[in-house]
Amino acid sequence: MQSETLIEIRDLNFAYGARSILNGINMTMSRGKVIAIMGGSGSGKTTLLKLIGGTVRPSSGYVNVAGQVIHQLDRDALFKIRRKMGMLFQFGALFTDLSVFDNVAFQMREHTDLPESMIRDLVLMKLHAVGLRGASHLMPVELSGGMARRVALARSIALDPMLIMYDEPFTGLDPISLSVIGSLIRRLTDALGTTSIIVTHDVQESLKIVDYVYFIADGVIAAQGTPQEVSESVAPFVHQFVHGEEDGPVPFHYPAQAYRADLNLENNLA
Amino acid sequence: MLNRIVANIQDIGHRVIDSVWRLGNASRFFILVLLKSGTCLRRFSLVIRELYYTGVLSLIIIIVSGLFVGMVLGLQGYETLQKYGSESAVGTLVALSLVRELGPVVSALLFASRAGSAITAEIGLMKATEQLSAMGMMAVDPIARVVAPRFWAGVISMPLLAAMFSVMGVFGGYLVTVVFIGVDAGSFWSQMQGAVDFRFDIINGFIKSCFFGVAITAIAVYEGYDAPPTAEGVSGATTRTVVTSSLVILGLDFILTAFMFRGIS
Repeated sequence: MQSETLIEIRDLNFAYGARSILNGINMTMSRGKVIAIMGGSGSGKTTLLKLIGGTVRPSSGYVNVAGQVIHQLDRDALFKIRRKMGMLFQFGALFTDLSVFDNVAFQMREHTDLPESMIRDLVLMKLHAVGLRGASHLMPVELSGGMARRVALARSIALDPMLIMYDEPFTGLDPISLSVIGSLIRRLTDALGTTSIIVTHDVQESLKIVDYVYFIADGVIAAQGTPQEVSESVAPFVHQFVHGEEDGPVPFHYPAQAYRADLNLENNLA
Repeated sequence: MLNRIVANIQDIGHRVIDSVWRLGNASRFFILVLLKSGTCLRRFSLVIRELYYTGVLSLIIIIVSGLFVGMVLGLQGYETLQKYGSESAVGTLVALSLVRELGPVVSALLFASRAGSAITAEIGLMKATEQLSAMGMMAVDPIARVVAPRFWAGVISMPLLAAMFSVMGVFGGYLVTVVFIGVDAGSFWSQMQGAVDFRFDIINGFIKSCFFGVAITAIAVYEGYDAPPTAEGVSGATTRTVVTSSLVILGLDFILTAFMFRGIS
């Protein structure tokens, strides 16, 4: 019997040199759920995905995925668990020298000994799921931004992962592509029974599809809850973020010395 | 004043430390590429694909340049040698210059600018567009899958391209001196045969081009992999590949020549 919890993050700290990025993060993510991690640019959201994927190591605390503490794994064990993770990068990160078909087939060819005929069927099924079976012969350069993101989605589900991470999947998409990607994430999560983590700052689109939301600000979890709790929240930070207000707990101005002092007004008046 | 002097000395210190650090990092990377070459040597189709891009696509520039260099050598050699009545030795001059020096060196310089820069730009852009990170997240090592095949393809193509350059150069020399000017074909070829030694000239030229091949592709893959993931980063890395490889080729050539041709009269 598999445990309900897929990912457990406890007291996670991370710093680039002296610059602290994440401070004491605690999260629990259940199987089969879509979880959003929201926060302003530079709040450490993407770093959190990197910590889950094991591409960076925490300063302290741990990330536990399917019962394994990620930063304690050796390289082989890490690569083994990564085979069960899919990741959708911000702009797709398709291999530009391979066709759409070969991009989706990439992991199957690298990690399995499946015969080419079976790989062909599997790739076409994955592409069909994202509506791009007809585009299998195209090169990534011939795709629009939304199509590239869908191909990358098909590639990330190639080996039926238990976890898919999406790094800003909605950035730079038109409204139609945006809702296509949104509903695909939800449908694929339900159909495959995977867990999805979406790092995003697109509030409206993600609140439609997710089960749970974490807000990160200044390296700590500022708020969390279901989409409904979040929409109705009166907490100043959540309110500012959900409604896109210019000023609030997240200040408009970058920290600086007093305005009058910066303009030398105090000296002149003295 | 004192502060400025101290700052300048510190700056020199930083640059030296930085260069040493980069050299160490590059050596470590080079060893890593060798250690992770197993995959691409087992799946040789990966190398063959890169051989096409680095080797076959460099053929045109190598063939045309070789032809013209040979023609110029023939022309200049004939002009000088005929003053002493020994124009029949022009074949020897062309062949020895090409096989010992110009073949390996000029083709290596062309290879660095044609294929080395392309390798750096490609790997750098793959890094900038997160393709290498994506590969890592798919549990595929980018050094084994992307870097090593390109490295070996470069190492294999370089000596073959240098040989092609020399062959085309000799043909160019023949074309100018025998066909156009009218030097006797028999003496052109027989003098060349008599003077060019397989062990000392051809093998040494081949060894040189192997060294150049390793140096150019090692620099190219390292610069690409180490490039900052931005437009300026990749363009800077591409420039560094061409400049560093060219200097290394010329420096290595001097060292190798000093070892190989010492004591040969």
